[in-house]
Amino acid sequence: MSLACRTFETRVGEELFGIKIDYEREYVVALAGNPNVGKSTLFNNLTGMKQHTGNWPGKTVANARGVCRYKDKEYVMVDLPGTYSLMAHSQEEEVARDFVCFARPDAVIVVCDATCLERNLNLVLQTMEISKNVVVCVNLMDEAKRKRIGVDTYKLSKMLKVPVVGITARKKSTLKSLLETMSVIVDKEEKTQDFMIKYPEPIERAIAVLEPVVSRKIDHIDSRWLCLKLLDNDESIMKSIENFLPINPFEDGEVASGLEIAYKILEESNISKEDLRDIIVSSIVRQAERISKSVVFYEDEKYVERDRKIDRIITGKYLGYPLMMVLLFVVFWITIRGANYPSAMLARFFFFLEERITYFLELVNAPNWLHGILVLGVYRVLAWVVSVMLPPMAIFFPLFTILEDLGYLPRVAFNLDKYFKKASSCGKQALTMCMGFGCNAVGVTGCRIIDSPRERLIAIITNNFVPCNGRFPTLIAVITMFFTGYLTGLTGSLVSSLILTLVIVMGVVMTFLISGLLSKTILKGVPSSFTLELPPYRRPQVLKVIVRSIFDRTLFVLGRAVIVAAPAGAIIWMMANIHVGGETLLGISADFLDPFGKLLGLDGVIVLAFILGFPANEIVVPIIIMAYMAQGSLIELGSLSELKELLVANGWTLTTAISMMLFTLFHWPCSTTCLTIRKETKSIKWTVLSFAIPTLVGIGVCFIFASTVRLLELIINT
Amino acid sequence: MSKIPTLNDLKQGQKARVNKIITKGTIRRRLQDMGFIEGSMVECLQRSPLGDPTAYLIKGCVIALRSEDSSSILVSEVI
Repeated sequence: MSLACRTFETRVGEELFGIKIDYEREYVVALAGNPNVGKSTLFNNLTGMKQHTGNWPGKTVANARGVCRYKDKEYVMVDLPGTYSLMAHSQEEEVARDFVCFARPDAVIVVCDATCLERNLNLVLQTMEISKNVVVCVNLMDEAKRKRIGVDTYKLSKMLKVPVVGITARKKSTLKSLLETMSVIVDKEEKTQDFMIKYPEPIERAIAVLEPVVSRKIDHIDSRWLCLKLLDNDESIMKSIENFLPINPFEDGEVASGLEIAYKILEESNISKEDLRDIIVSSIVRQAERISKSVVFYEDEKYVERDRKIDRIITGKYLGYPLMMVLLFVVFWITIRGANYPSAMLARFFFFLEERITYFLELVNAPNWLHGILVLGVYRVLAWVVSVMLPPMAIFFPLFTILEDLGYLPRVAFNLDKYFKKASSCGKQALTMCMGFGCNAVGVTGCRIIDSPRERLIAIITNNFVPCNGRFPTLIAVITMFFTGYLTGLTGSLVSSLILTLVIVMGVVMTFLISGLLSKTILKGVPSSFTLELPPYRRPQVLKVIVRSIFDRTLFVLGRAVIVAAPAGAIIWMMANIHVGGETLLGISADFLDPFGKLLGLDGVIVLAFILGFPANEIVVPIIIMAYMAQGSLIELGSLSELKELLVANGWTLTTAISMMLFTLFHWPCSTTCLTIRKETKSIKWTVLSFAIPTLVGIGVCFIFASTVRLLELIINT
Repeated sequence: MSKIPTLNDLKQGQKARVNKIITKGTIRRRLQDMGFIEGSMVECLQRSPLGDPTAYLIKGCVIALRSEDSSSILVSEVI
């Protein structure tokens, strides 16, 4: 394809898909594929990027663009959203189809899973109908080998008449043949469509009538495919044509009269418009079945059975739920136990460094306020975030990623779905909740996997009931101080994990309750249909996940610490040291919030810390500590037991600790999450509700708890 | 049997051939994308711990469906 005739596509690529492409210098390669076939792994390995969630559906593919260099050529790789088809039943399918159709990539690599090729071929065939530059990339050849499934890529290539490459995306060494194939196909001039999906005779006749008319009108899009869409009266493609092309080629009557004849042919054969689409779909599926039968060999059915056996245990009637709890418990236990050591080490290091800094500031005769704001304010909050909050975050995150890579999370959704159905919401909400464990903002974005707008809103609003990575360390710290501090070693960490597991279960139960309540009130409706794929289990790349997520998480938390925690530290120090009418600002605000805090079993300082912690949950505890310390008792804090003394000295009891945990679990989403909700819902109303609902729940739960305690105390004391 | 069997009537381990999908709209398309078309063989793998949804093996993939959806798929040749 010559570069000169692509002016209109440049516009399409830039303005409508949100990516910049220099068509003079770069080739454009799209990656298509079913969800869960390792498309992102391939994308990352080709581009050297670290995308995890780049290909979320949306109007643009801007977040999923990377550059790959091979033999002095530059390729812009575009990771399309994972789809089962290109028939545009959903937003992501529409984006994928539009990109293949209108951005006209120089190659479309359709990534397939070698262990379930047949279903993947469906998408291959659909893509081949739109683009002539398809490369079929059969991924997970190693998994297939392990399962004793053979795929004859040579024969597949012969049958489809397009290049087919077998790879293992996570092994870079296997990608060379793919790159080579890609470099050849992007330069291939005059591509012709050799393979065609055959449709039943009347449909073929209808196409034959229509195609000459259509191909005269438009030369950028495959005319045969477009005829099918016209016959099918596909409104989505018509809308895209209007959007993407400078003129609508079908405005005159020529196409309309061609269509009329074509419809008559179909009518004579008793094919109604509704039947037509069924026939088109099943023709493709049958073709895929036929091809798959001659290129896929099962050497040993027993190996395929392995996944079924695992499923019967993991999602079994008796073991399904207990195993889920045990897994959660084990993940927490490793997190708590594992975080102890680096936490203590980091704390020692930071206090050593603090002495040095103080010494240095004294040496240069720095004024007291500077020492205060820098060391007692900024530095200490930073030190707390890094030493107490970071280690559990850096351990929990990779553990969860491993569970995700294994393929366990869809099983959780399968186990829990009945409850979601009872709450009239979508079973995929379980998946978005799991994402929320990592980060609620990611969980909210992830809600795009839910097709029904009503159910998506429910999932967005309730996502915050799952404590994110930034809230875990707070829960862990409170549990360790007030519940298990007297227990040492193994027992301590086991009991802590158990309590944490119960807290999470409480959050999950609340999710069901509020989802159900929303379905009966402001988001009334019945549960809609959905399909949930339980993908094959895969061996995760344990080491790589651990190394990378510790590294990524650390950078992320450190980055946030500098942006959020440091200013917060400065603000708190100033509030504690700026006097207004004989009282500090901190004292005034805390006093003002105190009655409200007490009502919830908390105090003014805690409520203030939660408010100031709006930008990032991990700074709540450091702010509390700062505030208490600034109010007088200036002690050196080296460990959690000293911290507990500080808290107790400031009036903390067991009731305060429990209320604190409840409020950590149930309160407003952090600022990042709120912004994400605003972006995802495009509505102030739902953003406000997503803020208000968890907050009201938190206030309610804490109030009920604290009041009950007060009532009991009253009864006991009289 | 007086009633036409649906996918939802299958017991664990039973296989059947898909006859017809009697629902309309997006879910019909979605099911077809997954390979639920006339003539496809489906195996009922297992129910979830609480009895619903149910996992089915279709075209080498495991797909879970709620009973509302699986009962909209008519089947024959139950074995």
